[in-house]
Amino acid sequence: MAKEDNRPRVGLLVTCLVDLFRPGVGFAAVRLLEDAGCRVEVPEQTCCGQPAYNSGDRRDTAALAQRVITTFEPYDYVVVPSGSCAGMVKVHYPELFADDEEWRPRAEAFAAKVHEIVSFLVDVRGIERVAAAFAGTVTYHDSCASLREVGVRDQPRRLLASVSGLSLAEMDDTEACCGFGGTFCVKYPEISNAMVSRKTAAIAASGAATVLAGDLGCLINIAGKLKREGAPVAARHVVEVLAGMIATPPIGEAER
Amino acid sequence: MDIASPAFKASAYRALHDAHLQQALGHIRTGFIDKRAAAIAALPEFEALRQSARDIKNHTLAHLDLYLEAYEEKVREAGGEVHYAATAEEARALVLNICQQAGARTVTKGKSMIAEEIDLNEHLAANGIEPVETDLGEYIIQLRHEPPSHIIAPAVHVTKDQVEAEFRRAHTSLPPGRDLTEPSALLGEARALLRQRFLAADVGITGANFLIAETGTSVIVTNEGNGDLTQTLPRVHIVLATIEKITPTLDDVSQILRLLSRSATGQDMAVYTTLSTGPRRPGDPDGPEVYHVVILDNGRSAVIGTEFQDMLRCIRCGACMNHCPVYQAVGGHAYGWVYSGPMGAVLTPMLVGIDKAGQLPNASSFCGRCEAVCPMQIPLPRMMRHWREREFERRLSPATYRWGLGLWAFVARRPRLYRVATQLAVAVLGALARGKGRFRRLPLAGGWTGHRDLPAPQGRTFQQMWSTRSRP
Repeated sequence: MAKEDNRPRVGLLVTCLVDLFRPGVGFAAVRLLEDAGCRVEVPEQTCCGQPAYNSGDRRDTAALAQRVITTFEPYDYVVVPSGSCAGMVKVHYPELFADDEEWRPRAEAFAAKVHEIVSFLVDVRGIERVAAAFAGTVTYHDSCASLREVGVRDQPRRLLASVSGLSLAEMDDTEACCGFGGTFCVKYPEISNAMVSRKTAAIAASGAATVLAGDLGCLINIAGKLKREGAPVAARHVVEVLAGMIATPPIGEAER
Repeated sequence: MDIASPAFKASAYRALHDAHLQQALGHIRTGFIDKRAAAIAALPEFEALRQSARDIKNHTLAHLDLYLEAYEEKVREAGGEVHYAATAEEARALVLNICQQAGARTVTKGKSMIAEEIDLNEHLAANGIEPVETDLGEYIIQLRHEPPSHIIAPAVHVTKDQVEAEFRRAHTSLPPGRDLTEPSALLGEARALLRQRFLAADVGITGANFLIAETGTSVIVTNEGNGDLTQTLPRVHIVLATIEKITPTLDDVSQILRLLSRSATGQDMAVYTTLSTGPRRPGDPDGPEVYHVVILDNGRSAVIGTEFQDMLRCIRCGACMNHCPVYQAVGGHAYGWVYSGPMGAVLTPMLVGIDKAGQLPNASSFCGRCEAVCPMQIPLPRMMRHWREREFERRLSPATYRWGLGLWAFVARRPRLYRVATQLAVAVLGALARGKGRFRRLPLAGGWTGHRDLPAPQGRTFQQMWSTRSRP
């Protein structure tokens, strides 16, 4: 199959949370990438180092970052189903190695190939619509890193608009943080709770039956709070809906 | 003021359960955020101005010594005097000495965060001089014996009903049956009482938003006019400022002013932008006879050339705290010292030490909204992270947290161990949650499950499934 060789070779940086909590997000990402004409590979990986980085541990971060860069250097693109992890490797790796003659150029070259998945589909692959169907009203939570670090805002909304049967009801203050913040949510649980309570109130007020986002960290936090409140709102990663892979129960719900 | 920052968690907990405070904080959205957004939407060159303002401040900081000297020279030419204070203690002593030389009994004060930083009111009062706050918000919190909870809205944590109660308690000479239901009645009462204080004061102390090197001018930006009365009516005017307020030219200040009020309150301009240069000249209709400027360092020059230098671009607009979800949740007092919100989380460790202020740069989800709204493009989250690095290097963070992080990093650096460990953990958690999909409680996860359920892993890792291509 000589034709296959022309397809861009994409390394999927699956992220810890997708790897451990919700593998279906990874498979949905693979389907979307393959539908967009990419060859997808998943090299062995652990974590991008963000928890260490945000805890002030530069040494462990650098060790993990060097591993990630080395692993993903061979690919044409590195695609991440998370704005937060994409921001970490795309924005913060070059900062981390700013004073390192050897690693700074490698980190910068690597960073240039990294994309959050939905923005990759729209901005790099020129995808304008998807073939999926989803019956119901959804609302979309902008994760902080998607919005402010990697410039994702319109792309998911554009693709969601092409999903048959789906309507989008925006919540109030979509730019507000959900209160996850990695280790923040367990270091400052009461403050995090105040933040996620505002978020779930905004979600409920939108009238949507499902909340979507591009970051599993936010979603686990939001879904956990919605469940604790007994709110009848389902939570899913946006790529599950875009890929039409919604057989798995929503986040935090059991198989029926 | 005592540094209560180490007690941030306990203070934050109390703040979250303080109904009055939560009611007051609810006004930040309409009072600040929406107004700022409208003002900036109406200014197409806002982004260009931000970049220009950043460049002006960076240039100034790179040549701060030259501009300080130039400023001092101009103030002297205008007949004023400049004093430098390396520490809060020196600044207090300088101000007290000027007041004592003037034989002052009462001192009116315009709003000044530097006065808070050096505990000026306590020092003056302890030496027999009565300080009178004339900014309405400062006046309210002076009555309540509280520090400000916001750099531009010091009484933002107080509800209108609480102000009414405080006025009734303090203003005993007024008829008890008077109607104070309207905010304008509260304002009118404070204004009438303060008018006498303005006229009686011997010394007026103001802060400064800018010190202009080109002209030796100090600039204050206010909405109430109290700053003007403070600096023109008494015989002596003291400007209290810090080194980074220096700005090269009037033209530079004009640019930054276009950002300041829009970012702060959503106004195109504050109601009063007042420039003062030296004491009253022959023929001037008003103004002080004596003009002093006290310029405080208090640790600021030590961060020039470090990863924290960008903080010295701050123009104290308050946009970062207005947009901060942590500040919105707990207010300013929880931060435990003079400055709060993201700017406080970066500045406080600079001024009091990371050993005392370590909680503040940690209490952030790094949502980045502060940096996004900062008119001076200060990378606040990055600097909070730098403080966490200093803390980590000095082993100041909690030992359990460090061990947990170290264990996780040990595993994450070993892919094979990681694979085995995560597959096992995910399998166990997945089995425990079977049929439920989530945990209501989980040992060692109380920080999470105290407030929300924990969605459970599904039982197998993505990499495990991918390696066998067992797609769902």
